Amino acid sequence: MSVLSTHDLIIDVPGRESGTPLNITIQPGQRWGVLGPNGAGKTTLLHTLAGLHAPRSGEVRLDGQPMHQQHRRYIAQRLGLIFQDRQDGFPASVLETALIGRHPYLSAWQMEGAADYQRAEEALQRLDVAHLRDRLVSTLSGGERQRVAIATVLTQAPSVWLADEPTNHLDLHHQSSVMTLMAEQAASGHAVMMCLHDLNLAARWCDHVLLLYPNGEACWGTRDSMLVPSALEKLYRQRLTVVEVDGAPVFVPING
Amino acid sequence: MLTRLGLPLGLLLLAALGALLVALGVGSAQISPAQIWAVVTGDGEQGDALARIMVLELRLPRALSAFAVGGLLAVAGALMQVLLRNPLADPYVLGLSGGASIGALAAMLAGLGGLAISSSAFGGALFSTFLVFGLAHGSGSWTPSRLLLTGVVVAAGWGAVITLMLALSPAERLPGMLYWLMGDLSYARTPWPPLLLLLATCVVLIPLGRSLNVLARGPQQAAALGVAVKPLEWCIYVAASLLTAAAVTTAGSIGFVGLVVPHMLRLLLGNDQRLILPACALAGGTLLVLADTLARTMIAPEQLPVGVITALLGVPTFLFLLYRSR
Repeated sequence: MSVLSTHDLIIDVPGRESGTPLNITIQPGQRWGVLGPNGAGKTTLLHTLAGLHAPRSGEVRLDGQPMHQQHRRYIAQRLGLIFQDRQDGFPASVLETALIGRHPYLSAWQMEGAADYQRAEEALQRLDVAHLRDRLVSTLSGGERQRVAIATVLTQAPSVWLADEPTNHLDLHHQSSVMTLMAEQAASGHAVMMCLHDLNLAARWCDHVLLLYPNGEACWGTRDSMLVPSALEKLYRQRLTVVEVDGAPVFVPING
Repeated sequence: MLTRLGLPLGLLLLAALGALLVALGVGSAQISPAQIWAVVTGDGEQGDALARIMVLELRLPRALSAFAVGGLLAVAGALMQVLLRNPLADPYVLGLSGGASIGALAAMLAGLGGLAISSSAFGGALFSTFLVFGLAHGSGSWTPSRLLLTGVVVAAGWGAVITLMLALSPAERLPGMLYWLMGDLSYARTPWPPLLLLLATCVVLIPLGRSLNVLARGPQQAAALGVAVKPLEWCIYVAASLLTAAAVTTAGSIGFVGLVVPHMLRLLLGNDQRLILPACALAGGTLLVLADTLARTMIAPEQLPVGVITALLGVPTFLFLLYRSR
């Protein structure tokens, strides 16, 4: 179980003066949602937390150790990132794509073994893409690719999940199935942080929320303390109305 | 797993040995496989002195040089394609051979021979490598498309300088220069440096294979999966440049092998670099051995530039595979 924490972290968004220094600790079992309008820096934040993007100041620590002092391979054994957009590299099959999730665990001379294949197959099964295992990823639909990308991280089996819009391109059934997967991961002691566009997914599936404003300001806390209509209206500059469905608030944008 | 890698590589190894046998046997005087066997095993009764000299001192070094050069070019091409995630990438497209050509032609113009031409070509190739990388890097970080564009433009510049040099050269030097530009293995002296380099590269690349597979999915994905992307990219770029420089230095500028061989193998064998890189070494070598054998026998005793043969063989094969592949 790993703990991800930030210490006076200011992310590096081009053209932004500064911002609220972030001091967050993502504990095992927690489900964090990051909300903010376009360009607020949600993806930059996630990449900074994953150690892929240098912060402007402050630092990210994984299990108390500054991230930049740790070996990339070691980080990758504990922290997985679902990218929002994926670069199409060379053609690869669905199974091969999921299998690269085992890369951090294998030494240079090692080939993937039966156990690695089994993990990859199970991940594909879990994401409902096992029937596509021999197809080239480039021939899949957007939603199928998204599920393959999530299956790759599931194969990687990290104890900290960073997910950038994990429900992108997904139909309603698969949205719900992916959020259930995130909840399961958290329930089994993994830490989860997701950037979300859909307020209502955050309201239903997250227990902590971080609000990121375009000027770099931020606030964070438990879901109920953060998801108040006045704060959200300021965040999105959009009037909202709240209805309650099954005991959870549902935010609906209204005109005017 | 072992059969997945072993079977294709075994077949390619057989093909390579077959090609070497053909190269040793075919020429101005035919030598039968039995005679070659006698020469190789040192069985003096059957192998007469002439066959011995022809095989061991003339044909074998040349065939091994061809094999090494072909392997180096194909591996370098495969590496550049992974680095830039672009099927068009090839050390030649990136201006490397242009730089080498300038070096070689300048040495020829100055009336220098042999070793001076080789070292001048090597220097030119390395200069071009660093020029392209330095310019593409600029003040920020480089991107594949920027590196490719810089390389293509620099290559075009070298092309113009080459034409200028040819136009200004005295007529008696022109044939030698043209042959160098199209690749010519009769310049090759000893096959061992490029052959050892090829072997060393393959040994070094095998443990890097899976990292290269991950890098082929994109640098960010690779970094997220624990690959140290920048050092690996540098390593690939420098390695590919050195391999090409060594190949160009041995045999002049032979285009097409680095582009076509990796592609053909990817169409046939998929995209696992752990298989593709050694397969490139074997298939590239085989192709160039066969091409060189054709080049020196088709209009014997005259020789054709081997680069012409690789292109004439490679283009239709490649187009056929591409057409069939979906």
